[in-house]
Amino acid sequence: MSTTVVNTGTEGKAWGGGNQPLNASYGKMMMWFFIVSDALTFSGFLAAYGFSRFKFIDAWPIADEVFTHVPFLHGQELPMIYVAFMTFVLIMSSVTMVLAVDAGHHLNKSKVTIYMFLTIIGGLIFVGSQAWEWATFIKGDYGAIQTKGGNILQFVDTDGRRVALRDFVVAGEHERVQQEQKNGIWFVSEGTLPTYTVEEVIHGLEAHDNILIRTQTLTEHGHKTVLSREESLKQIKLNGKAVVEGANLHVNEYGSPLFADFFFFITGFHGFHVFSGVVINIIIFFNVILGTYERRKNYEMVEKVGLYWHFVDLVWVFVFTFFYLV
Amino acid sequence: MAHAHKLEIFRGLVKFKSNTQKIWGVLIFLTIVTTIEVVLGIYKPEPLMAHFLGMKILNWIFIILTLVKAYYITWDFMHMRDEVKALRRMVVWTAVFLIIYLIFILLQEGGYIFEVYDKGFIKRDF
Repeated sequence: MSTTVVNTGTEGKAWGGGNQPLNASYGKMMMWFFIVSDALTFSGFLAAYGFSRFKFIDAWPIADEVFTHVPFLHGQELPMIYVAFMTFVLIMSSVTMVLAVDAGHHLNKSKVTIYMFLTIIGGLIFVGSQAWEWATFIKGDYGAIQTKGGNILQFVDTDGRRVALRDFVVAGEHERVQQEQKNGIWFVSEGTLPTYTVEEVIHGLEAHDNILIRTQTLTEHGHKTVLSREESLKQIKLNGKAVVEGANLHVNEYGSPLFADFFFFITGFHGFHVFSGVVINIIIFFNVILGTYERRKNYEMVEKVGLYWHFVDLVWVFVFTFFYLV
Repeated sequence: MAHAHKLEIFRGLVKFKSNTQKIWGVLIFLTIVTTIEVVLGIYKPEPLMAHFLGMKILNWIFIILTLVKAYYITWDFMHMRDEVKALRRMVVWTAVFLIIYLIFILLQEGGYIFEVYDKGFIKRDF
């Protein structure tokens, strides 16, 4: 390829390094090999997710019930709409990237600049959406009770619709206050305390006849098991241990804590890739503006970061499928 | 200069006049596939909830559509279509082989552990 940047004087010398059997420059080939190794890293994570899911195949959270929020549309159940939007943004920024590469082949500096800029914007929108998605996930929505065995009990009304703790539990006076570093031993502190105690939830449940408990276990039809009224009261009194609001690495109101762990780890790792991709894109963007590649008469650097950027998009396609669809 | 783009997709069924045009064509295709996925994911048609080879048919459809998308991203956005066969195989075969192997092992093991909990003596449902 004439896009090779440096001529080493070995052209045509088959045994002196002049032979290019892959017909790709060193940098591009190495980017491909890096992508292979990174793909293996990601598939390791996703396969581990699959492992945990198969291990708890009858009790895994249903993604449609977890990711239902869209910014500015409060209180509406819109599963997958926002994440579909995020996917589209990332594919779109992939398109602008490949258009930048194409413009680079034609040595069209102004077009490369515009398309690189749009790519960066797309990446930023995606990372921002990811942050919002995390914030919503961490904050939680309905709240739940965790049992001694670490299972999650959620609340539904008689029609099977989810009921939030705030709708039927009354918070009383709490004597227990959050331990902070400033008012105790300086190195001991704890996270935010839940709004309610288990006793208050039990009182609330007793006072509302129309509220039932839903366990993690999936029925044959793929819905969560709903307990009868007596079973619900018995279960919560016998096994209820902690109130869970939202999700973190220890507890998760949506179901198995592993789900939250993998969500944070895999989307976090992917989000970090997008972030570093944006940073690299910005560096290349400034190089384009400064005319570095114009002087080289060669835009292969754009092509190389393009490969990385498409790879990030490629990984997202899989994360989207295995976290949100399957 | 890499002007030698192959401008056909779907094995020559659709031909494009320029590389730019091909990019937009692939974008349209990927958007259609994603839309199908999202619509199926929201409505979950009842006939597709039957099980086939240990998984719901719907999930198989999702996985196949994902692989289709991955193919077009790699082949047309990353220009794998224009690379020589040796490079293509080095990248794709290595990754595909190792990933299939890893997935098989981990899912097999996960299913086994589920059986142990389900039918064995270990209890965790309390």
